[in-house]
Amino acid sequence: MQKAKGKVVSVNESLVGVVCTEGAIMNGEVAYIQIEDGKRLKSEVIDVKPNNMAYLQVFEDTSWMKVGDLVEFTGLPLAVKLGPGILGSVTDGLQNPLYELAKIEWFLERGLEVDPLDENQKWYFIPKVTKGDMVTGGSILGSVPEKIFEHKIFVPFSLYGNYTIDQVVKEGDYTIDDIIAVISDSQGNTTELKMAFEWPVKTAMPFYKRSVPERSMPTGIRILDALFPIAYGGTACNPGPFGAGKTVLQHSLARHSQADVVIIAACGERAGEAVEVFKDFPELIDPRTGKSLMDRTYIVGNTSSMPVAAREASVYLATTVGEYYRKQGLNVLILADSTSRWAQALRETSGRKEEIPGPEAFPMYISTLISAFYDRAGVEILSDGIVGSLSIIGTVSPAGGNFDEPVTQATLLSTGAFWGLSRALSDARKYPAIDRVDSNSKYPSLLHQDEVTFLLQLLRDGKTIASNILLMGEKGITDEAYIRYQKAELLDAVFLQQNSFHEVDGVTDPNRLRTMFNMVKDIIDAPVSITGKAEIRSHFNFIRQAFLDWNYLKADTEAFDKQKAKLITLVNKKSYATENV
Amino acid sequence: MLQKTYDNIDNIGRAILSVKARDVHNKELAEIIYPNGKKTFAQVIALNGEDVTLQLFGGGFGVSTDCKVRFLGKPLQVGFSEDMLGRVYSGNGQPIDGGPELLSDMVRAAGPSINPVKRLIPKEMIRTGVPMIDVFNTLVRSQKIPIFAKAGEPYNRLLANIATQTDADVIIIGGVGLKYDEFHYFRQQIEEAGSKSKTIMFVHTHRDSIVEGLMVPDLALAVAEQFALQGKNVFVLLSDMTQWSDYLRQVANAQDQIPANQGYPGDLYSQLASRYEKAADIDGAGSLTILGVTTMDDVTHPVPDNTGYITEGQFYMKDGYLELFGSLSRLKQQVNDKTRADHRSIMNAMARLLSEAEERVKAQKFGSVKDDYSLRLLDYRETFKRELMDPFRYLKLEDALDLCWDILSQHFKKEEVGLSSELIENYWPEKGKFKILREVNHE
Repeated sequence: MQKAKGKVVSVNESLVGVVCTEGAIMNGEVAYIQIEDGKRLKSEVIDVKPNNMAYLQVFEDTSWMKVGDLVEFTGLPLAVKLGPGILGSVTDGLQNPLYELAKIEWFLERGLEVDPLDENQKWYFIPKVTKGDMVTGGSILGSVPEKIFEHKIFVPFSLYGNYTIDQVVKEGDYTIDDIIAVISDSQGNTTELKMAFEWPVKTAMPFYKRSVPERSMPTGIRILDALFPIAYGGTACNPGPFGAGKTVLQHSLARHSQADVVIIAACGERAGEAVEVFKDFPELIDPRTGKSLMDRTYIVGNTSSMPVAAREASVYLATTVGEYYRKQGLNVLILADSTSRWAQALRETSGRKEEIPGPEAFPMYISTLISAFYDRAGVEILSDGIVGSLSIIGTVSPAGGNFDEPVTQATLLSTGAFWGLSRALSDARKYPAIDRVDSNSKYPSLLHQDEVTFLLQLLRDGKTIASNILLMGEKGITDEAYIRYQKAELLDAVFLQQNSFHEVDGVTDPNRLRTMFNMVKDIIDAPVSITGKAEIRSHFNFIRQAFLDWNYLKADTEAFDKQKAKLITLVNKKSYATENV
Repeated sequence: MLQKTYDNIDNIGRAILSVKARDVHNKELAEIIYPNGKKTFAQVIALNGEDVTLQLFGGGFGVSTDCKVRFLGKPLQVGFSEDMLGRVYSGNGQPIDGGPELLSDMVRAAGPSINPVKRLIPKEMIRTGVPMIDVFNTLVRSQKIPIFAKAGEPYNRLLANIATQTDADVIIIGGVGLKYDEFHYFRQQIEEAGSKSKTIMFVHTHRDSIVEGLMVPDLALAVAEQFALQGKNVFVLLSDMTQWSDYLRQVANAQDQIPANQGYPGDLYSQLASRYEKAADIDGAGSLTILGVTTMDDVTHPVPDNTGYITEGQFYMKDGYLELFGSLSRLKQQVNDKTRADHRSIMNAMARLLSEAEERVKAQKFGSVKDDYSLRLLDYRETFKRELMDPFRYLKLEDALDLCWDILSQHFKKEEVGLSSELIENYWPEKGKFKILREVNHE
């Protein structure tokens, strides 16, 4: 396609009207606006109008733009560069590496673009094909070691049909700019291949073969793993008012989830939160790989004070990279924080385009975009039989903490788990403040289904009895009900609550979860033969104290076993007492 | 650059004007020249063909169709020099303290944000001497945090107290929609505390136009950022950001923007964020801490709601007290493990018990609270409020922590507080031997 040219005719914050002076324009293509100081501002066509008019959303500050400024269209949609070198990096929403940008300017000056992947780094390439082999888009040419795994080098996914390998390089060190293979189609047209290629961010990568999420992904967070699990390839919606603990939960998931690759899309949120991750993670050792936690992490940071139009791009960028690593046969987890900011960015643009607004002024098509986004998660069975997965946990920041708003509702329709954060719980410092009764998940738990039901029933009973106590006082209910209430409170305090800042309590592996659950179940099942509310409360206070002390001890240590024995003694002391009397 | 003057004004609104002009830059600064020679400033906010929309710093009242518009060929800038310390400026950057105008370097206002990789993880506690802050919601250098309060609460007093009691190198006050007596109060406090020589004020009072009010945070933050880049630890006080948001709403409305919630523009979040995000601890330079005020009746109102998602917590002030519930410092975990071994645990234990007590308060209304433990919880709540929640009681952190142990031991048994046995052994006061707490006469 011939590249089009145009001129600016209107400027309204990030929305710029352009008249096309030559060539044809494509909806979704990238264009650059040349402003007076020589800077070129990246933008995207979001609407094509009559009389050769088009609207662009500009990914940068539009100050100093003038009517008449020149626009160059690229003919290409917004794309991400895929290849070795993504893991461990931190980029903005347009894949500019932030550490590289910082070498040029301390501030995020507009018009700066840096190559997304380091073109000087050498990768040790081992070819898996030889001359004459037949390949197609997605076929494996070879591999390079990248941090924690063997990174497969593919024939670009955008190549359809069959090709023959004409040349392939020998095993050795190459950069992503070196040609590693030449292929030709049946007509004899040749294509040179490198280790990296581009893929348009808004196009979902096709699955080779799609499967369903049915294996739970341990997160180290007890309330999730036991009651409201996420599966490999699953999706979760995590809404909550501000201050209810979304950020801490996200960081905990990023650190402890048993995924191979974690991608954090910091979309329109505080810069400080992303900073904590990319400054802390390199120092932390991932117990699963023995390497730095940053080696499995990729961060897309389009934080709240960065240009609004790039928020959307940042979410899609993260997703596309996630799909690429799924094609590598890995289990990928995307933490999208926050999808509401993305929705708000769409709302801003929609308002400037004077589209007829939907509820709360969000555009009418918001629900479709959200559903399509979560549909990019899933389990994929690859051509070699290896299974990869992409899970997405999206946080939602509902206005006023009210879950009835459009973004939360659209997300609920598209996701498989719902973790509603509650201000009442966070005020009571019951972290993680995930609502124990209203949250849900359709994925399998690390516990058995009947065990989950058992816990949920106790929690529901506890809630009912608590409201009776509120109305009638402790004296208004029977000792039996009071014991049940205390058991529910104990379950909450020692099992569901977790101190994410504590080295030991902050993460619970599946084995320890099982041990803890068995202990909790024994306590709940044990009859309590005490009369008097004060005495009952005191008994449970001692158990709680002993259990919490146990939670802070490293497993498989002498102290751990000793504390466990102490706990069992405490529990047994007050059961069966009646029979003894 | 040639400065072009245009006289074909089409449209004059309360804060907006449109004029036909060519070769005008987005966000360019302009002068409105009145027939009598008076001049006021304006800034381009939208371009559409030859129609140029400007935001009027002096408001639209009194602007006539025979005024002229001269485009100045430069963006909005603010002066920056050390000599500004001790001075007072208006929302258009002109001195209003009767002192001379300064010749200084100009720096851009509302510039881009700092690259996140140039930010340091905030790790330094700021001691304020306010127990509800130091113990429960520790303030950290480079934090951005507002006070949420109803209009009329003593938030400006607390703001001035915190700024002057801490070790800030430079204090910059951005007053938006201040009543004259509030402006006067700030000046007086700063002078009494002996901080005048390290303070700059940008003040917009109710007699000034709303557009000037909108400018105040940008001017204050641009100057603050320059000091921070020079290695200074800067405190910026912004009061009141709810009024600022209201001005934003008025200007958006004047531009016929589609409103999102309660008439506020859809970009309220981004607008607030681009100001608050200026707070940073800069690698290789100084820091910028923002303490704001957000007046509100209801925390779900769009301004406190959006603010809460942006800032790193909030201090919730009610009936003259700093509340525990509703207040939050998101950065406290970065520092409160390095103060004293019991800090985190006792903070959590105190909060958990207070939350239990709050449940009893509800139950008390049904007359159903009679048992000894509940009654003790309610007593605990009273003591907590009296001893800890006064924002103007000055206590060193260590004394405040000791006070917490005193209060716990006054009302509870060791096994009731949910603290680890090790901490209890180390800190639980001997019976009747309080370090800080004074016995209160219950007559």
